[in-house]
Amino acid sequence: MTPRGAQTPVTPSDPGDSLLQALVRRQWTHGGIDEIAMAEIAGRYGVSVGEVRGVVHFYAFLDDASGVTHDIRVSDNIVDRMAGSAELMALLARETGLSPGESRGPARLSFTSCIGLSDQGPSLLVNGLAMARVDAGRAAQIAERVRRGESVSRWPASWFTIEDNVRLPGRLLRGAFAPGEALGRARRIGSAALLDELEASGLRGRGGAGFPTARKWRLCAAAPGAHRVVVCNADEGEPGTFKDRVLLANHADRLLEGMAVCAAATGADIGLVYLRGEYRNLLDGLEGAISRLRAAGVIGDGFDVHVHLGAGAYICGEESALIESLEGHRGVPRIRPPFPVTRGYRGHPTVVNNVETFIAAAMVALNGPGWLREEGTPQSAGTRLLSVSGDCASPGIYEVPFGISIAEVLERCEARDTRAVQVGGPAGSLVPATRFDHRISHEDYSTGGSFMVFDDSRDLLDVVTNFTRFFTHESCGFCTPCRVGGALLGKRLDKIAGGGGTRVDVETMRQFAGVMRSASHCGLGQTASNPVMDLIEYFPEAIDARLCSMDYAPAFDLDAALREARELTGRDDPRAHLDRSEA
Amino acid sequence: MSVLIVDGREIEFEPPATIIEACNKAGVYLPHLCWRPDFSPHGSCRVCTVRANGREVAACITAAEDGMRVENTADDIVEKRKTLLSMLFVEGNHVCPACEKSGNCQLQAVAYYHGVTAPTLTYFYPPRPLDASHPDVVIDLNRCILCELCVRASRQSDGKNVFSIGGRGIDAHLVVNSETGRLGDSELDIDDRAAHICPVGAILPRRGAFQTPIGRRKYDIDPIDVAGDASEGET
Ligand SMILES: Cc1cc2nc3c(=O)[nH]c(=O)nc-3n(C[C@H](O)[C@H](O)[C@H](O)COP(=O)(O)O)c2cc1C
Ligand code: SF4
Ligand code: SF4
Repeated sequence: MTPRGAQTPVTPSDPGDSLLQALVRRQWTHGGIDEIAMAEIAGRYGVSVGEVRGVVHFYAFLDDASGVTHDIRVSDNIVDRMAGSAELMALLARETGLSPGESRGPARLSFTSCIGLSDQGPSLLVNGLAMARVDAGRAAQIAERVRRGESVSRWPASWFTIEDNVRLPGRLLRGAFAPGEALGRARRIGSAALLDELEASGLRGRGGAGFPTARKWRLCAAAPGAHRVVVCNADEGEPGTFKDRVLLANHADRLLEGMAVCAAATGADIGLVYLRGEYRNLLDGLEGAISRLRAAGVIGDGFDVHVHLGAGAYICGEESALIESLEGHRGVPRIRPPFPVTRGYRGHPTVVNNVETFIAAAMVALNGPGWLREEGTPQSAGTRLLSVSGDCASPGIYEVPFGISIAEVLERCEARDTRAVQVGGPAGSLVPATRFDHRISHEDYSTGGSFMVFDDSRDLLDVVTNFTRFFTHESCGFCTPCRVGGALLGKRLDKIAGGGGTRVDVETMRQFAGVMRSASHCGLGQTASNPVMDLIEYFPEAIDARLCSMDYAPAFDLDAALREARELTGRDDPRAHLDRSEA
Repeated sequence: MSVLIVDGREIEFEPPATIIEACNKAGVYLPHLCWRPDFSPHGSCRVCTVRANGREVAACITAAEDGMRVENTADDIVEKRKTLLSMLFVEGNHVCPACEKSGNCQLQAVAYYHGVTAPTLTYFYPPRPLDASHPDVVIDLNRCILCELCVRASRQSDGKNVFSIGGRGIDAHLVVNSETGRLGDSELDIDDRAAHICPVGAILPRRGAFQTPIGRRKYDIDPIDVAGDASEGET
C-alpha cells in the first residue's frame, strides 16, 4: 500500500488511465458495476474488492448493479427547482411508475446536484447525457420511451441540444488565435520572461480562490521531480456555475494551448483535464480538439494531454481531492502542506488551474501583460465570466470587467424586484439588496462565477435549505465537523421550516457553523455553513417568521417518529398523528 | 532545539514535528482521537483543534514552528471540542452503560475530560450493522467514529489491508476488504494490531469482555490526561 501522495513512477503511456476511469467505462458499457465486474477490475488494478467497493460507493454516478438501461437524474439546484424540476420529477415518476431515488431495476429516477444548466432548466441527465429545458411535453415523451425500454441512443439528437446563451462577450470570449501562436511566442521569449509577464499581468485563478497564477507556476517549476504535471480543473461543480461548460464547448483549443504554455513555463510533461461526469456530452469535442492540437504540434511532443472523467462528486473540484480522483481513489482531500505544486499527481509537482485561468494565460502569453491589465481593478486584473441564472429575463454568460457592481450586473441581465443574489454559489455569499453597490472583485465579493438571482417572491429559507442539503450530500465524510455538522444544520433548518423551531435552534446553528468554519479539513466544510449564516445575518425575518414562540422545543419530532408505524399499519387518519401542540 | 509556547508555558521540541508530537514528547496533554504517535497523521476527528499563532488548526497535521504560540485550553477552543465530541456521539449509537468498552473508551474519556456528559444534540439513530462472522473479533459499526486507526494499523503495522472506507458524507462507513465484505472472510488475525487498536468499542476481540469490572478500568482510575491513549488489548 503506497501512502497517499508518495511519488510513484509514471510511464508516458498510462496517465490517461486509473481504477476510476475503468469503473466509469464499465458503468457506460454495462450500466453499472456488479460484484463480478468489481472483482475483475480489482484484479486488473491490483487492489482489493473492498477498495473498489469504497470507490464505487463514493461516486454518485457509479452503480453497484449492472444492466441499468435508463438512468435519469434531475438537476436539483434551487434554480432548476424554480424552473419546475420538482414538477418535472413528479411527472416523470407518475408516467414511468418509478419511485425517485428508490428504484433498483433497469430504469432509475433520482435527483442529482446541479448539472451546470441553470440558465436553461429544468435540466436532467439521461445515462450521463444532458438535456435542457425539459418541459411537460418533453417529459411525457421521455417517460413513454423509458416505458417502452427504447435505447437512449435512438432518442432524437435534438433533445440533447444545449444553448451557449452568451449574452455579453468580452475580450476573453472574443479572443482568438491560430493553433501554436500563443505557445510559439511563449517559447520565443522563454520561460523566465513568460513568468514575469504573467506576474505583471496580475492574473489570478478563476476557480474561486484567486491565487496568483504566476506564483503557482513558479513554485511548480522550482520543485524537484522526475515529472511535472499540468491539470485543468474542469469539474465546475459549484451550483449555478456553467461558464466552463461554454468555454469547453467553444474554446477547447485555446484551453489546451494554455496548458501547453504552462508546460513550457514549468517544464511539465504530463497534461490532464478533469472533466466532470455531468459534462460527458463535451468529451467528444474535447478529444477532437486534442487531436487537432496534436496534429498542429502544439501538444504531443514532450507534453501530451489526456482527459479523465469525474463521476458525480463536487468535492473532486477541490484540488487535492481532484488529484486523488485522478489517481483513481475516493475524492478525499489530502493533508496540506505539502501542496500540489510540490507533491501532486502521483507525488509529482502539479499545477491545478481552472479552465478560464488557462485561456486567460494563453491570451497573456500571446499579447503580453497589458492585455489583461486594460480592464479590471489593480488587484483584480481583467474580466470575469459570470454564470447568471434565476429570476432575470436574460440568464446566460456575461463577461464583465472586475470591479463591476452587483447592481450593474442585475441591470444587464434584466432582473426586477431582486431580493437577494447568491454570489459565488452556495460556498459564496447571499447578498441582500442593501449591498448591491458592492463589487465583483477579489477585494470585495470574489466569486468562481456563479450569480443566482432571487426576486421578492422567493422564500430564502427554502433557498438556504437547498444549499445546505447540497453540501450534506457532497461532503466526502472524512472529517467530523463537515460530515456531522452539515447534517445537523439540515435537521435544524427542517425543524424551523416545519414551524417547530425556536431561538435556541438559531443559536445552535451558529455553534455548528463556528465549528464547521474553523475546524473543517477543507474548503467544503469551511464554507458549507455560509448560506445559513448569511440568512441569519441579512434576512433574520425569513427565520423569525417561522419560529414558534417557545424558547425551547424538542428536536425529536414525535409525529415523524410514528411515520414507520403508520406505514406498517397503513394508517394515515388524524388519530395516527400526534398533534404538536399536545406533544 | 526549538520552542513552542503552549498556554504560556515554553516547551522544547526537535523539528520537524507537528504540534501534537511536540506536546506529547513534552508531556503536555492535547486531546485527540484519530492520532497515535506511531501512525501517519490523519486529521479527521478534529478534536485536537488548537489556536496556533491566532489560527485554528488541527494540531496533528500542523507543523510546530519555533516561537509558535499555541492555545490548548482557551474557553472557545474547549467549547468547539465539546461540540465536535457531541457530534461524534450523536452520529452513531453510543449506549455507554451497555458497552463493554466503557471505562476503557477514549471517546468517553475525552468527553469526560472536557465535561461533556449528556449530549445536547439530536441523535441520528442510524441503522448500522454488526459483523460477528470472525471467530475472534466482532465489529459493531454503531460505535465507529471513522478514525481509521484500524485502516492504518492493518496497512502500516500488520502489512495487510483489511479495512477501507466506503460511502460518503454522513453515510461514510468502514468496509472490510474481503470478497464477501465480511470480517470472517478477511485476512484479519487476532494477533494483528488492527484487531486491538480501536479507541472505541467498534472492533472488539471476543472473550475479553468484562474481565476488568466496571469501576476498575483504565479511565475509572485516572483521567485521560494522566492515563493516556486507550490501551491496545484491553476491554
Ligand atoms: C469544495 C471545493 C470545490 C471546488 N471546485 C472547483 C471547481 O469545480 N473548479 C475549479 O476550478 N476550482 C474549484 N475549486 C478550487 C480548487 O481547489 C483550486 O483552487 C482551483 O482549481 C485552482 O485553480 P485557479 O487558481 O485557476 O482558480 C474548489 C474548491 C473547493 C474547496
Ligand atoms: S470538510 Fe467535508 S469535504 Fe472537506 S474533508 Fe472534511 S468532510 Fe470532506
Ligand atoms: S472501527 Fe474503530 S479503529 Fe476502525 S475506524 Fe472505526 S472507530 Fe476507528
